[in-house]
Amino acid sequence: MRVLVCVKRVPAPGAKINITADGQAVDTAYLAFTTSPHEECAVEAAVQLVEQHGGESTVLTLGPSEADEQLRYAASIGVNRAVLLPTDGNDWDPQRTSAAITAAIRDLEAASGPFDLVLFGNESADSGNFQTGVRVAHGLGRPMVNGIKGIEIDGTAARARRESDAGVEVYHLPLPAVLGVKEGINLPRYPTLKGRLASKKVEVAQQSPQGEAGGQQMITLLQAAEQVSQTVILGSGPEAAPAVVDLLEELGLLK
Amino acid sequence: MSTLVVVEHDRGTLAPASLEAFAAARTLGDDVHALTLGATADGLAGTLAAYGAVVVQQVHHELLADYGPEAWGEAVAQAVRTLRPAAVLACGTDRGNEVMAQAAARLDLPFVANCNEITAGGDAWNIVRVRWGGSLLEQCTLTASTKLVTVTHHTFEAAESMAAGTVAAVAVDLDPTLARTVVVDRVERAAGVTLATAPLVVGGGRGVGSAEAFAPLEDLAALLGGVVGCSRAVTNNGWRNHTDQVGQTGTRIAPDLYLACGISGAIQHWVGAMSSKKILAINTDAEANMVSKADYAVIGDLHKVIPAIAEEVRRRKAS
Ligand SMILES: Cc1cc2nc3c(=O)[nH]c(=O)nc-3n(C[C@H](O)[C@H](O)[C@H](O)COP(=O)(O)OP(=O)(O)OC[C@H]3O[C@@H](n4cnc5c(N)ncnc54)[C@H](O)[C@@H]3O)c2cc1C
Ligand SMILES: Nc1ncnc2c1ncn2[C@@H]1O[C@H](COP(=O)(O)O)[C@@H](O)[C@H]1O
Repeated sequence: MRVLVCVKRVPAPGAKINITADGQAVDTAYLAFTTSPHEECAVEAAVQLVEQHGGESTVLTLGPSEADEQLRYAASIGVNRAVLLPTDGNDWDPQRTSAAITAAIRDLEAASGPFDLVLFGNESADSGNFQTGVRVAHGLGRPMVNGIKGIEIDGTAARARRESDAGVEVYHLPLPAVLGVKEGINLPRYPTLKGRLASKKVEVAQQSPQGEAGGQQMITLLQAAEQVSQTVILGSGPEAAPAVVDLLEELGLLK
Repeated sequence: MSTLVVVEHDRGTLAPASLEAFAAARTLGDDVHALTLGATADGLAGTLAAYGAVVVQQVHHELLADYGPEAWGEAVAQAVRTLRPAAVLACGTDRGNEVMAQAAARLDLPFVANCNEITAGGDAWNIVRVRWGGSLLEQCTLTASTKLVTVTHHTFEAAESMAAGTVAAVAVDLDPTLARTVVVDRVERAAGVTLATAPLVVGGGRGVGSAEAFAPLEDLAALLGGVVGCSRAVTNNGWRNHTDQVGQTGTRIAPDLYLACGISGAIQHWVGAMSSKKILAINTDAEANMVSKADYAVIGDLHKVIPAIAEEVRRRKAS
């Protein structure tokens, strides 16, 4: 089977996210880059599906040329092909992103045949628009369910599981289909040395992205109001236990 | 003009989160209409009137007997074409965001997810929305003939506000192929406290060191009627299942007390934990972010501190 997985390059902040002086971006001066954990799991799912059913996997990103790093990371754990839709690095709005990805998928399918499954993350780590996969699926006329934590292929359909407050819901989508994946569906493997070396040789195909701006326009990023607390130190080491249990009593947790 | 609120329900059982969308809708100024999908939701009309629905628009169709993102999204899109509301709101839950994205794709309209502030008026509305799972905000404008937005869960407070709740019907025509994404089966969860609802969460991070070393945390949680949570470092190491993960890509918790043990307090963990009423950090590093953000802290080795707490709890319970 042929599987495509879409990932987005994002910074990996630590204790705090800092904003640039013009408010237009996260200050990435001291940051490494990654993709959302949901997308890491989508990449792992693509590799596993091809291991189980044969075929080929492709990873695609729309982003700056540096997103080559995220494509090669996917290749290092076993994705076969990589596609970059290069931008100038500014974040595209969700309608524009979706239009560009949809058009790129049409081109890839015209050249090398249809994808049985297109995988997305449940939401991007940074902008969290909760819609790119849905829009692409609609553009391609394919079924889509988001929030998936289990995928099994049976013949010409995908059985997909999703968690809710009440339990687990099961969906049965005819292929070709689109799924949004949540972290927890699998435990992504780490790249092997051999995988890392092989990923350096993977050819990254480039297609220039096409898409018109949509109706959501960012003005500026803002810091969320910070909770300031004066930490009360209850003590050091096991000697602090009575003070902790006093607190449990005070909070009504010792019943 | 009206504001249409998409009511989230599961085969007739209301998702309380939906009532937050009604609270947000009432701030926009227009009449608030509710949209219920499927005959199973007809019984909700009274409740929706009590939360501000001037009109309850009901959609009946056999494809809406159970949840399906495409059938729901298409039904919302058709209702929007018929009713021409100024805005459509839902709560930013899994289903809320999914249905709104489906509707937006079908209407070829923008959709702004997880909004904390919405200022209506003029062609372009001003919105403050959540990024990075709540660690960062974005101010944006939304320009569209009908504004589609979800409001961030737990941001607007549900409150009663009696309205007429006149029942009306909206006709939709759904293509049978949309059955392809309707729920076909489900496994109900056993009743009991979950990570999201527990009054006490004992969280463990990389500092715990191994899967086996979670045993004392399990013991303490059980003693106090709580559950165990963890950081992503823990799930990534395969020490615990992802269902225990607290954070941006895990579960949002809101217990009376969160005991965060051996967790450094990365921003993506913090956003999942910050709604806890009180936080007590146990860490060897007095400078850890979790320690400086917590209400209380014990500086020390969790492997010694946790058993000592459990012992003290047992001693007091016995006396
Ligand atoms: C997009 C994105 C999403 C993410 N989503 C999540 C998420 O949902 N949830 C999440 O948790 N993370 C998430 N992360 C990962 C996050 O950035 C951190 O990597 C992770 O939270 C670190 O886990 P930790 O605190 O257990 O480990 P560390 O950062 O390694 O901290 C370990 C801590 O344990 C302390 N310690 C060590 N030994 C002991 C001891 N014996 N006793 C007491 N203390 C000890 C140390 O002092 C240290 O503070 C996400 C990251 C990204 C980029
Ligand atoms: N620039 C991008 N390039 C490739 N995939 C993307 C991009 N933006 C979003 N996606 C995919 O769409 C999913 C949902 O993104 P979002 O709609 O922003 O929440 C992400 O998890 C990715 O899989």
